[in-house]
Amino acid sequence: MVTPEITIEAVAKQFRTGALALKNITLNVDKGEFVSLLGPSGCGKSTLLRIVSGLTAPSSGTVTVNGITPLDARDLISFIFQDATLLPWRTVEENVGLGLELEHVPLPTRQKTVSKMLELVGLTHVAQRYPRQLSGGMKMRVSIARALVSRPKILLLDEPFAALDEMSRDRLNEELLRLYLEQLWTVLFVTHSVAEAVFLSSRIVILAPHPGRIAHIVPIDLSWPRTAETRASKAYEDQVASVSRLLRSVQTSTGGIE
Amino acid sequence: MKLALNNLLVLAGLLALWQLAVSLLHVPPYMLPGPLVVGNAVLHRFDTLAHSLWLTTQAAALGLAASIIVGVAISLVFAQWRGLRRLLFPYTILLQTVPIVAIAPLILMWAGSGVTSVALVAFIICLPPIIANTTQGLISVEENLLHLFLMHNATPSQILLKLRLPNALPNLFVGVRISAGISVIGAITGELFAGSSRVGEGGLGYSILYASGQLETDYLFALVLAASSLGFVFFFIGMFLEWYFLHNWHESNRSEIPE
Repeated sequence: MVTPEITIEAVAKQFRTGALALKNITLNVDKGEFVSLLGPSGCGKSTLLRIVSGLTAPSSGTVTVNGITPLDARDLISFIFQDATLLPWRTVEENVGLGLELEHVPLPTRQKTVSKMLELVGLTHVAQRYPRQLSGGMKMRVSIARALVSRPKILLLDEPFAALDEMSRDRLNEELLRLYLEQLWTVLFVTHSVAEAVFLSSRIVILAPHPGRIAHIVPIDLSWPRTAETRASKAYEDQVASVSRLLRSVQTSTGGIE
Repeated sequence: MKLALNNLLVLAGLLALWQLAVSLLHVPPYMLPGPLVVGNAVLHRFDTLAHSLWLTTQAAALGLAASIIVGVAISLVFAQWRGLRRLLFPYTILLQTVPIVAIAPLILMWAGSGVTSVALVAFIICLPPIIANTTQGLISVEENLLHLFLMHNATPSQILLKLRLPNALPNLFVGVRISAGISVIGAITGELFAGSSRVGEGGLGYSILYASGQLETDYLFALVLAASSLGFVFFFIGMFLEWYFLHNWHESNRSEIPE
């Protein structure tokens, strides 16, 4: 049997304020899986992602990534934040090269890798621009390019497209999937959008709030590759409807949305 | 361009009004010289004036430069060790509230008269704004940016130099702009007590004292003019540096968005 890429074993997280953010979370993510964490606000989905990244320690339980601790596995992981978190004083090119620079990759190699990555995400024409000169969608693409440049095996995304308009979001979703099929990452994706989760995932984990716990796990059996046409298909619409229903049941059973 | 022209017109109007008042009311020049008399004093004693100006410029520039270097260094230490910052930060504020006029004679007594002690007075009053602003910029880094660096296993020195320091640049320049103006005041205050190697010759502060004692009110006005212009020039150099380093990326310097 193959060991899962990410194992989450009986993880709980209690904040210093005493609030229980996560309770008894157990979840395995296999190599090459695209798993979305879906749930209403307060369900701890972002906290769970931070625990997997090693940015936050769980109060109890264990997490392993590629068989080792999240902190040791940082070379394999790239984290994409909700906002683009670009350094405003660096050009697009310098932002994308940040990770390599911090890892002391020599400049010529860095430049080559960065320009290849910019080409891959279609940003070559803005390489010399500063973040403030870019639109929200462009900034997010820079952020993704920066995450991919260190050749991660595992991608952790924390509602990366939440702030974008629907069209940019759809397009970035398609681009992300194209890259996913090429690079075969293991992906853990936090979102509150059902449509996005269904479109992207091989599996959706629905979390219930107060305290955050796993309510449902839904495999998504839409065929690959998924494109803009996928969104028009009956199968997709059915999946969206059924996941929405499950999500609604989670919200109503805990007193609805605050 | 049009604004600059209007500014000049306002200046010309004020000068004309001043001249008119002095002439019509027959104010004696030792009480209040008109702009023409002051202009005359500038022309006739240009060499002495320029010499004083040069001495003060040196002291102020030296004090300002030292305060930037030392201030940034102290801020970096404060940013790195929170405990130390909490312990010592209040004293940097205290430095600002110390009446410099009272301290200046002591500094001159300890360090001897000359450009070093004058620069030291300027340095002391320039330091607090640099420390306060730079420290603020160094410690107010967005949490996600910090996490981003941590995810790349960044070392503390990488976080300091590649994240905190550039993040603090806008704040540093606010400090520089404040300190640039007051560095001249500091130098002049120092010179009030610094004495001179030759009677009648020294920095602007010394010359102001001397001219005032001799009731050379027209020259006094010329000195004040020189001192103000110096402060102005320092301020604008600070502004230019700020623009030079920030105009590419910082929101405060946003001019237009291409496309």
